[in-house]
Amino acid sequence: MNIRTVLTLAAAALLLAVISFWMGQQAYSWFPPQASAESKLVDDLFSFLVTLGSFIFLGVTGTILYSVLFQRAGKYDFSDGPPIEGNITLEVVWTAVPLVLVIWIAAYSYQIYDQMAVRGPMELVHLHLPMGMESAYAAPTEPDSAAVADPLEAIEVHAKQWSWVFRYPEQDVTSTELHLPVDRRVRLMLESEDVIHGFYIPAFRLKQDVIPNHVIDFEFTPIRTGKYRLRDSLYSGTYFAAMQTDVVVQSPEDYRQWLADAAAQTPTVAYNQAAFEYQRIIDKALIRGWKSIPPAPAPVVNYPGIGSRADEGLDSEK
Amino acid sequence: MTNIPIESIGVVAQPRPGAPDNWRRFFSFSTDHKVIGIQYIVTSFIFFLIGGLFAMIMRGELITPDADLIDRTIYNALFTMHGSVMLFLWTFPVLVGLGNYLVPLMIGARDMAFPRLNAAAFWMVPVVGILMLSSFLVPGGPSQSGWWAYPPVSLQNPTGNLINGQVLWLLAVAISGVSSIMGAVNFVTTIAKMRAPGMTLFRMPVFVWTVLAAQLIQLYGLPALTAGAVMLLFDITLGTSFFNPDKGGNPVLYQHFFWFYSHPAVYVMVLPVFGIFSEIFPVYARKPLFGYRVVSVSAIVITIVSGVVWVHHMYASGTPGWMRMLFMFTTMCVAVPTGVKVFAWVATIWGGKLRLDTPMLFALGGLINFVFSGITGVMLASVPVDIHVNNTYFVVGHFHYVIYGAIVFGIYAAIYHWFPKMTGRMYYEGLGKLHFWLTFIGTQLNFLPMHPAGLMGMPRRVASYDPEFAFWNVLASLGGFLLGMSTLPFILNMVSSWIQGKPAPANPWRAIGLEWLVSSPPPVENFEEIPVVIAEPYGYGKNEPLIETKHSEELAEPA
Repeated sequence: MNIRTVLTLAAAALLLAVISFWMGQQAYSWFPPQASAESKLVDDLFSFLVTLGSFIFLGVTGTILYSVLFQRAGKYDFSDGPPIEGNITLEVVWTAVPLVLVIWIAAYSYQIYDQMAVRGPMELVHLHLPMGMESAYAAPTEPDSAAVADPLEAIEVHAKQWSWVFRYPEQDVTSTELHLPVDRRVRLMLESEDVIHGFYIPAFRLKQDVIPNHVIDFEFTPIRTGKYRLRDSLYSGTYFAAMQTDVVVQSPEDYRQWLADAAAQTPTVAYNQAAFEYQRIIDKALIRGWKSIPPAPAPVVNYPGIGSRADEGLDSEK
Repeated sequence: MTNIPIESIGVVAQPRPGAPDNWRRFFSFSTDHKVIGIQYIVTSFIFFLIGGLFAMIMRGELITPDADLIDRTIYNALFTMHGSVMLFLWTFPVLVGLGNYLVPLMIGARDMAFPRLNAAAFWMVPVVGILMLSSFLVPGGPSQSGWWAYPPVSLQNPTGNLINGQVLWLLAVAISGVSSIMGAVNFVTTIAKMRAPGMTLFRMPVFVWTVLAAQLIQLYGLPALTAGAVMLLFDITLGTSFFNPDKGGNPVLYQHFFWFYSHPAVYVMVLPVFGIFSEIFPVYARKPLFGYRVVSVSAIVITIVSGVVWVHHMYASGTPGWMRMLFMFTTMCVAVPTGVKVFAWVATIWGGKLRLDTPMLFALGGLINFVFSGITGVMLASVPVDIHVNNTYFVVGHFHYVIYGAIVFGIYAAIYHWFPKMTGRMYYEGLGKLHFWLTFIGTQLNFLPMHPAGLMGMPRRVASYDPEFAFWNVLASLGGFLLGMSTLPFILNMVSSWIQGKPAPANPWRAIGLEWLVSSPPPVENFEEIPVVIAEPYGYGKNEPLIETKHSEELAEPA
């Protein structure tokens, strides 16, 4: 390799590195808002992977594109290219480099995972054994946050076809909307009454399958007040897509106020998209598809929320 | 080639359904691997169109956020059947068809090791197809539990009938599994036992290596899936409780059975496509395959590593932390042998004398799509990222880049590349290029927007979604319709070229390989005299003969 080749390659690599770094920064904007401590960790990791991935993708496609543009055979050129069959050094390098990268990515991912310590599924392995609270003492992920080491009392999450019900055992409050205090580590007990569901809050970057006959412990720390979506992520049958609700992260005072208000209310029937659609099909004998498992009756809760953001603009019909 | 006149006289004298020039042989129980190969390819392509139609209806539903075009149950049945048809009736069989056609020719054999078994395995494919599609006609409709058929959803039977869509689906999958195992036994035996003299392992074309690697996966993986499917069938029909949580069964156990095979199944599909890339790049770049031995061995490495990665589909299921970490590492390790291949292909192309004929265009497009999907694949392997994007459209985008972007592109490349050999006709280059550009643009438009939608948190398998995802879904739907249209120039090209295309010479691409030494299409038993191989494949630019030339000087001519 002469000096000119080296310089050209170095310039190309530098350009790629700059573009890749820019892509990595862009990656943060591809997500919903960072509403949990965990989401910051995940976004950092993803940004790193986008940077690395962009560099590899642009390097490979750039090389191919150069060949396609500048190394074409002439129309009447039927000769062959140089019979190069391999290059041991090059092959060793391009085996070793991916291996090192992979170990790096795996180690970084492990580190992030360790810090998240959501430790959801331990219950599956140690069935119904009282678990220690290791993760509660995990290093605080947000040194500046007011996160208290001790998580809240466990909020029960009941998933069934096709509704979410949240129960706050201390106040005996039930709700179809998940209300959480900001900057506190919260603990959920996920339970399913029928099939496997997926508890998924995109703004928290967290997801955990909810498996029947198992109580799954799940922990995280909301850090941003606001209203976010909670979706069923694991296909659960006919009205799977409608099994969504809101998560409301509030200041501790608002949260306590909400709990107190909700506890004072008598339980009422909440709006349920699946039950509504199913009933509409039966009532109006609409043109329909095939027979479905009937949805569970719409839940009766203290706080029926303002209804899920109705898929079909049916808010008024609640 | 002195035997050709005798050969053709013999054919004309006996017009029978199985004769090489009689179209009716394609509808018979032929034992000729070339006929069976084309039977596989054409049959599976019909299912590809059916599966594509399902996808277009789904994209029609998803072009608006509400569930307004079709009922939710119909949508759920369509995505189940789309996935099942595309995998069990298109991707697997079409690659088995290409392998069937090419492997005996490439290793210098007259047929597969077990020709009747081969024909029997093929004729099970239409049975699987009919069984699966007939479920549209039973009360309750087809299975609506997705191609994973996870219990307990798959155990729920709204009609209460014994014969329901889920049972038919399970029967079809079981038969498809038996057919695949029969094919795998045949391929492995053929490659192990029927190679021409001098065709040592390291003189086999990479396509043969990759078919071997893929079929070995079938042999170790399919028993697990079949066992899982049979247990699920028993749970539904006989009331056993392997996976039924109401009776103490464990639904997560099914996920292990399913993914133990169904993740490696992706490699069963992609490995032969790696082989196709490895065959095509040297021909159209006029250079030997870079690092031939490493590329071959890396296929076998993938076979082994792919056996220990399945839990990455279940990070969000009830898997303990140590399992998540272990399988994260093994999954990422797949990137190493795969990366080696990608770099080898790029090095093969680099400095060559490129000719951008349709097969090369599809192979290049497939390679670019594959690199992209490989990068998103490593992202998905990382547990913290996967916990966010698992079961979202990010995953749908990722695997469609693999299966459509890389595998279907590779299949198209192979069909164009070997079309002259299979039919004895040249295809129309202009239509081929039009087909490529429609497919390439359609692929990006359809599958790229799925990634941002997934990152924003749009779950997969939804018939309706929040309006914030509408923009990306409109783009994806337009891309989906474009992909549907892109098949039209292909069909037109294939049908008209086969009927009245320019006759193809034995070796239109000046390619090196045993299959290019025989006439197009090849005679019934391929080789009048079994060739003696004396060189590695891909001797471009080296001017050395591939086989011994004791009987005819002409045979060495393509080198």
